[in-house]
Amino acid sequence: MTSTLVPVARRRARNSRRTAVAWLFLAPFAVVFLLYTAIPTVAALGFSLTDLRGSDLRHPLAVDFTGLDNYLRLFQDPTFLRDILNTAVFVAVGVPLTMAIGFALALALNSGIRRMRGVFRTVFFAPVVTNVVAVALIWQYAFNAGGTVNKALGHVGLAGPNWLDDPHLAMPVVILLGVWRNFGTAMVLFLAGLQAVPEDVYEAAALDGAGRWRQLRHITLPLLLPTTLMVSVLLTVFYLQVFDEPYLLTDGGPLGSTESVSLYTYHQFGSGQLGMSSAASFVMLLLVLLVSVVQFRLLRPRT
Amino acid sequence: MTAVAASLNDADTDVTSSAAADRIAVRHRSVGRPLLYGALALCALLTLLPFYWVVSGSLRGLDEIRADPGAWVPQHVTLDNFVRLFRTEGFGRFLTNSVLVALMVVIGNIVAASAAGYALAKLEFAGKRLAFGAVMAAMMVPFTTVFVTQFVITVDMGLADTLTGIALPGVALPLSVFIMRQYAQSVPDELLEAARIDGAGEFRIFFRIFLPLAGPAVATITIMSFLNSWNNFIWPLIVAQSTSSYTLPVGLAATSQAAQHVTDYGLVLAGALVVMLPVLVLFLFLQRYFVQGIAGSGMR
Repeated sequence: MTSTLVPVARRRARNSRRTAVAWLFLAPFAVVFLLYTAIPTVAALGFSLTDLRGSDLRHPLAVDFTGLDNYLRLFQDPTFLRDILNTAVFVAVGVPLTMAIGFALALALNSGIRRMRGVFRTVFFAPVVTNVVAVALIWQYAFNAGGTVNKALGHVGLAGPNWLDDPHLAMPVVILLGVWRNFGTAMVLFLAGLQAVPEDVYEAAALDGAGRWRQLRHITLPLLLPTTLMVSVLLTVFYLQVFDEPYLLTDGGPLGSTESVSLYTYHQFGSGQLGMSSAASFVMLLLVLLVSVVQFRLLRPRT
Repeated sequence: MTAVAASLNDADTDVTSSAAADRIAVRHRSVGRPLLYGALALCALLTLLPFYWVVSGSLRGLDEIRADPGAWVPQHVTLDNFVRLFRTEGFGRFLTNSVLVALMVVIGNIVAASAAGYALAKLEFAGKRLAFGAVMAAMMVPFTTVFVTQFVITVDMGLADTLTGIALPGVALPLSVFIMRQYAQSVPDELLEAARIDGAGEFRIFFRIFLPLAGPAVATITIMSFLNSWNNFIWPLIVAQSTSSYTLPVGLAATSQAAQHVTDYGLVLAGALVVMLPVLVLFLFLQRYFVQGIAGSGMR
């Protein structure tokens, strides 16, 4: 009896020691995670159920629990509804555009060309690593009334508008910046997906008389479905949270035509409405989760 | 994942894939190759336009830009904007701040992510699934959701308007942990087990055996966390309240707001160029790590 009990106890001691050591390894990450992700997420939910204001941070007792009031106010706030629509436009236009450009470039770079391939890839990926504040300033320089874009349009006889001051034209310019910054990521991911397709599949199809278009439709696209899914989720989740582009280019203007949900949250925060800000940010979290789940369901390979 | 990562390595230098490329080349030779190159070159030129604008614009003098803001070619090339930029009040400070914050972030990520990634890949312990779930969750939670509380916590810790306060949330990026975990999984267990049988402790195994092997992952993490810190804008904007703790992007945004009222685009573009240049130069030399790191965020 004792002869079996001792090893069990010893093994248990060894296991708990092992666990303690492993958590020591994890400690630095775990502390930062708790402090800056776990606690803030729970707190955002908590704050969103109160009337917390910036001035209350020094007098926590003045804060009242208001239940779902903030959420009700949020969905009655025309500004918030408009911002949801703006964000939806940014996603609905930006994601397909980014993916189409990324995919086309990946196809071109993977079509067997050798010369300049590395140069092209470097050029197309460079926007991804470029500082957004810097690019936004270049965008403002290029798209202002007398900027380089209008100068070029002038040469072909068109009078260009003041792009970022026009409620209808500001959004396309903002989207263009988003697409410019992100198509390189899509390209690299598609390129990796394309290179993972075994070459003999194409050879077999070519032997069977399938042309390039049919190979693309019936081999490349179906085999690339997991990559497509991954890229679309990644970009959608990213574009849903769009902040930098509209903040830097227009600060949400003109007339709120480019204000995104993230920017709404920031503006509420800036005016001290922390409860409302948290509620809006929690809606954002739910949207991100919802989109991820839906896209995985929709695009899951049918087996 | 390994296949994907391998294909992301420069395929041009890879013997097998250039053989594959030869085969494809034979197959597609009939297709209009010049057309393809023409289209690619056009796309490349369009992609590079903003880079051309920032260089050409920053080399134009104040009067020239005021007279004709949209001109594509500088009439007289001058470095005047850069001279004025470096004389601008606080600019040197912003630069130093950005470097210091990046340094904290990079060191923090190397330490925290190597340790955590290794534990998640190579150690068996209670709560492992929970810990990995935390890494994945941290990658998903929008910044919008957490920044209010992050700010409150930063204020409570007395770190508002400090460089530490700016750096701290970024010192243990989940992406870094993820990259290190993926890499650690490719290290053979036998290597670590042999050391364990020889009586080496877990920390010794980590420092003496694993870390020396983890060079490529450490390089990717260094690049990614530097990029993240250098280009970060919203968080420093929220935490930095006085110009003494502005990082370069925040300082640039503030300077440009002031400068644009007087339409001093030359100064603004010179600032933009100085901010983007370090990362672009690094990118040219260490492309593979950038691509791996950024693509890594999508590889699960």
